[in-house]
This record gives sequence, structure tokens and C-alpha cells, in this order.
Amino acid sequence: MSEITASSGAASTSRKPPANRQAMIDRFVVLAIVVALGAWIIPDINWRLVDRYWDRYLEGILVTFQLVFLSVGVGALLSLPAALARLSERRWANLLARGYITFFRGTPLLAQLFLVYYGAGQFNEALQSVGLWWFFREPFYVAILTFTLNTGAYQAEIMRGAIQSLPPGQVEAAEALGMTRWPIFFKVVLPQAYIVALRPLGNELILMIKGSAIASIVTVLDLMGVTSLAYARSFNFQAFFWAALLYLIAVEVVRRLWDRLEIRLTRHLALAR
Amino acid sequence: MKVLHRLAITAVAATGLMAGLATAHAQDVVRIGTEGAYPPFNFTDSDGNLVGFEIDLAVALCEEMDVTCEFVAQDWDGIIPALLANRYDAIIASMSITEERMEVVDFSDKYYQTPARFAVRDGSDITDTSPEALAGMTIGAQSATIHANFLEDVYSQSDIRLYPTQDEANLDLASGRIDLILADSIVLFEWMQTDDGSCCTMVGDAYTDPDYFGFGVGAALRQGDDELRERFNEAIAAVLENGVYDEITAKYFPFSVY
Amino acid sequence: MGDLLALLAYGPDGWGDELLAGAWLTIRLAVVTLPFGLALGLLIAIMKASGQRYFRAVGNVYTTVFRGLPELLTLFVIYNMIQIGVNRFVNSFFPDSSFEIGGFTAGVIALAVVFGAFSSEVFLGAIKAIPKGQVEAGRSLGLSATQAFRLITLPQLWRLALPGLGNLWLVLIKDTSLVSVIALNDLLRQTQVAVGVTKEPFFFYLIACMIYLAFTLVSSAGLNRLEARANRGFAAR
Repeated sequence: MSEITASSGAASTSRKPPANRQAMIDRFVVLAIVVALGAWIIPDINWRLVDRYWDRYLEGILVTFQLVFLSVGVGALLSLPAALARLSERRWANLLARGYITFFRGTPLLAQLFLVYYGAGQFNEALQSVGLWWFFREPFYVAILTFTLNTGAYQAEIMRGAIQSLPPGQVEAAEALGMTRWPIFFKVVLPQAYIVALRPLGNELILMIKGSAIASIVTVLDLMGVTSLAYARSFNFQAFFWAALLYLIAVEVVRRLWDRLEIRLTRHLALAR
Repeated sequence: MKVLHRLAITAVAATGLMAGLATAHAQDVVRIGTEGAYPPFNFTDSDGNLVGFEIDLAVALCEEMDVTCEFVAQDWDGIIPALLANRYDAIIASMSITEERMEVVDFSDKYYQTPARFAVRDGSDITDTSPEALAGMTIGAQSATIHANFLEDVYSQSDIRLYPTQDEANLDLASGRIDLILADSIVLFEWMQTDDGSCCTMVGDAYTDPDYFGFGVGAALRQGDDELRERFNEAIAAVLENGVYDEITAKYFPFSVY
Repeated sequence: MGDLLALLAYGPDGWGDELLAGAWLTIRLAVVTLPFGLALGLLIAIMKASGQRYFRAVGNVYTTVFRGLPELLTLFVIYNMIQIGVNRFVNSFFPDSSFEIGGFTAGVIALAVVFGAFSSEVFLGAIKAIPKGQVEAGRSLGLSATQAFRLITLPQLWRLALPGLGNLWLVLIKDTSLVSVIALNDLLRQTQVAVGVTKEPFFFYLIACMIYLAFTLVSSAGLNRLEARANRGFAAR
């Protein structure tokens, strides 16, 4: 992977001194491409657009991150009971979890958001009478709720797979030591399952960053919402290119941080690999 | 590397094939982009047909120009980009003629002009619609409209919510998610005649400031498409003159909207 | 409840026929996108697996960009830019001619570009999973690089990539819903139109979800059978 990124990004090449001639040529090519692209793009940048909207773009990113981290975080809490119910032998718990997971993984997020957002609007009187309307009134909360339910279902499947991948001998050994059910789950099963699930969970986090753009359709001013706003006033396609750049940076930063986290959490396994 | 070459050739061939499926368009067809979600001006009936005042008017204009009309439904957010991308030749979708839009498209002469109004739910105690009085309130409008721009600029103390379609803003006013909406007065009037619009009523003054609300509604065309613009202008003048415009108006409204 | 069901009637008064037409467009969109997305993904995967550093770099940049951007943004930009781009391209050869790319084609291209980015990763994983010795053995028997790829790697790719591609197919079906935001009358957009008129959002969006669910459930069942078929002759693991 390192040799591949070395030829694809200027930032990563500048870190290490060139090992040989080939790397020198690579550096030169990357530099030439960056300069050429810059020379081609920079004169065309509409600075009026940048000047007018840069602060709103930053606010938008903040909203995007709030949406993603809140829903992925709460979704992680939700995914545990769902995964356990899915693995349980109790028929109703199993059926319920299976229905939940199948529905939210089998339908588009956009359709789910419309269902919850406008569905709740239709039942506003009922929601008011049970005192929940304040929550469903706010598009931001509704987006969080829908995203949480969605990512909870995906995370539940990830956790189920991770738990199932552990050798049964682990639990048997813990039982032989006299541990009871919940301590076994929290101290033996869960830590190991999270190690296995780390990579797919990271992917899920990144998918949510991208998926959260959908919230803009129900008036949330996240990065995509701000972009539509800027575009609606300026009719300038550069509004989308700034958004694309910011999304790419956000995804790359999160991906790299997650990789670091993974290396750190699995450092005790490093020798074994 | 031969593998790569072959695949590259296949890919190029495939692209060519897909492009070949698209057809070059004939000269005597004018493709008209409209939203199809803006009653009573342009909307979609339960049979999937585009109907409304502007659809009837566009058909009359095309008859006058002696061309065939082809309608293309396009979401409002992307209605100008799709015109610029040559997906159709003219927008007839209640687009107000404003300075901001004239930087990217040309307009025909206006074919209707109506003021904007605020609407609230019945029983709301809002009577004053000045920016100061509405500070802290939640106001909805359709995004990328004159109404949205006006709210963004003038009502910066309020919480502005922008919706892809007018319908969705209406739904949220009815459900109580937002306190007011700002929209075209005819669109509001029409909505209030329906069951779900009976919840709500208009409030405050009518807004017509040309700086924000433009110079009436015209057909939007690609810049430099002067020949088509002239033909539209002549056709609009002709239907206004020969009574066809009034006939279509009478079908939809008890008053003039010109 | 009877009133609601009447809204689904097939004909001028109900929305059943519109929803079905939308569902049919959704299926066509996904099915037409699949071969182009697969071809693109395979091409990018071969670039990424190639010995040429610059091919690898192009492949990696492509994947990084289109896996990192929200599908909504990609669709909107490609949908609107492709026509302008093609017009410029055609005009540089044949001035004053215009070339129309329909909404459907533009939607297919946009979806295929995203699908290609994700499927290239699946293909790359599959290529790497085939022991190098196999190709080396083929080369030592006198096969050319192209022949070795076509006769040794390609036939095995299918089986190894199938589970990953199956997942991407399900993602593709769900991603088609995003074209409703541009202009195509797919299932979700038809549903929105129905909601706009009937003001029954909960009922109609639930119906739409159920139709999508039916598509994905039928697809999963089909994929399971395909996988079983592709793995016949291999010991169960």
C-alpha cells in the first residue's frame, strides 16, 4: 500500500527521502501533475463564491460530523442488543431482530428518512399527545434517529459475524473457570469481537459520512445542504467541487485515524501476523 | 499490458454504444423542462401526466411557434443545470426573471406575475411579518427560489428551512414543524382550497420588490439562444393578443395573473 | 384502510400503475448499470494489479475519489456534467452538432462510475487471492500474459469475487433511489409524486420500502444460489 500511495499523492511522497532514481522520477511526475492541475484550475476559481460561503461550508462540515458521530455512536449501543437477539435462541427476540436488521439493510436510506420524517409529520397529533413531537419536529433529530436505526442494523450484522467468528472454546474455557454469562460476554467475547469487527466498523463509519449527505434533502444544513444553498445562489458548479474536496478530506482523515486506532488496538497481535 | 489495451478498447466501444443509444434531436421540436410539482402552474396528475396553467400555456405557445412541444420533468434544484446541459431548450416552470439568474440564463418576456405571501396555520398569533417580529421563528420555503433568497438575505434572524419541493414545505407547515412559509400567493391560494391546505391561512403583506422577486415569470433559455427567445416573445405577445391566454387563465383562475 | 388500498388501484385514479412503472425503471436502471460497472471495476482492478506504477496510481486515485464522495454528490455532478462534457467533445470533431444523453443513460453512467470504484476493490482482492504460482506456471508453459490472465485468472475471479459483488449489487439497488433526486421517474420519485397529491406519506413510503425490500430479498436468494453453484466442486469451508 505504501508504494502505491507514494505515487498517487504529493503529501505522502514528501515525507521520506527518495530511495532511488525511480522514486525521484515519481516525485517529479506527481509534482508536474499537481502544478499542471493547479495552473489549469486556480485561474478559474470563483473567489467571490469562496469568500461568500467558506464559513457556511465549515458550519456544514461540523453538522455532518455531528450527524455521523452521534448516529454511529448511538447505533453502536443499539447494535449490541440487536446482535445478541439475532444470536439468541428465543424465537421472538430472534424474529424481531431479524425483521429490524432485514428492513433497515434491505431498503434505501433515503426512503427510510422520508418514511420517518414525513410519516412523523403525518402523525404529529398522536406524537404530540404522547409528548414526543418536540423530538420529531426537528429535522436534525429525525435524521439522527433514522441514521442511528440504519447504522445500528448494519453494525448488528457486523457484530454478529464477529461474535460468531470466535472459537467456541473461548467461552467454554471461561465457563470452566467458573465465570458467569454476562462477565463472559463483556470480558471475553466482546473485546475480541471488537478487534475482529474493527475494520468493517471503520468502513461503516466512512459509509455514514457519505450517506449523511441525504439529510440535506430534509432541510438539514450539513455540508451537502450548504453546497446546494451555495449552488442555488451562484449557479456555479464549483460549489460542488469544494464540497467534494471537503468530503474527500473528511473521509481520508477519518480513514487514517481509524487505521492508527486499529494498529494501536491490535499491537499485541502484531507479532503473530 | 495487452490485457489492458483490449479492455480499454472494449470500454471505449461500450461508451460509444451507450452514446449511440441517445438520439440527436430534430429542429422542429422544442424540449421544455418543467418541475411537475408546483400546482396549479405545473403538476403531475395521478395518471402521471403533466398538467397545469403553464403546461396549457406552453402547448399554446408551441402551437403559435408551429413546433412540437416535448416536456421533460426535472426536479427544481437541477432545473437550470439541465438547461445548460442541453437536456431541454427552455424552462417553463414558474421561474421568476431575476438579476441573479440572468447571469446564467436568458429570459423571454414575462407571461405571468404574482406576489409572494407568508402563510401560517389557522389560530397562529402571527400578524406582523417584519424581520424583527419573525426573529427566532422557523420559516420554510422551496430551495433555489426567489422566496428562499429573500428569506436568506432579509430574515437572517429566523431559522430558515429550505425544501426540494413546495409540497414538502406545505406538509411541514401543516404538521407544525415550521411556523410560516413564504411562497407564491397563487400557489398558496390553490393549496388552501384543498383538504390538507385548509389548515392554513395567508398573513401579512404581498411582496413584490423586484430586487428579490424579479420582473415576473418568463421562459428561461440558454444564453445566446436569441432566435428561440424571439420566437417565444412573439408567441407570448400573440396569445395575449388573440385571447388564448385569457381562455387558459379562465380555466384556472377567477382573476388575471398577468 | 380500504381508502388507502384504493389509492393503490391500477388506473387513472390510483397510483398502483405509477408505482409499478417506477419499480420497473428502478430494476432496469440497476440491471443496465451492472455490466458497465463490472467492466469498469475489472479494468480499474487490472490497472491496480498491474506492474506499471502509473496505471496503479491512476487506479488508486480513481478508487479513492469515488469511494470517498457521497453518492448523492457524484450522481448530481456526473448527471449534469456529462452532457456538457460530451457536447464539448463532439463539437471538437463535428462543430455545431449536438448529442443528447438521456436522463437514463446519464443515471447509468453515474451509477456505473460509483459501482466501478467499489467493485474494483472486490476484483483486486480476488486477483490477489489467486496464488501467483498458477500464473507463473502458465507463463512457463508458454502462455502470454494476456492468455494467462484470460485462461487462468479470469475463470477463478468469478467465484472469488461473487460474495463481494453480490453485496455491491444490493448496494446498487438501493443507490438507484438517489436518482430520484435528479430527474428520473424511479420508484422513489413516483412515490414522492403520489405523496405530493395524496398527502399520505407514511403509507406510500412504507409501500416503497416494501418494494425495495422485495427486490433485495429476491436478489439475496438468487445470489445464494449463484454462490452455491460457483462453489460446487469446492469443499465446504
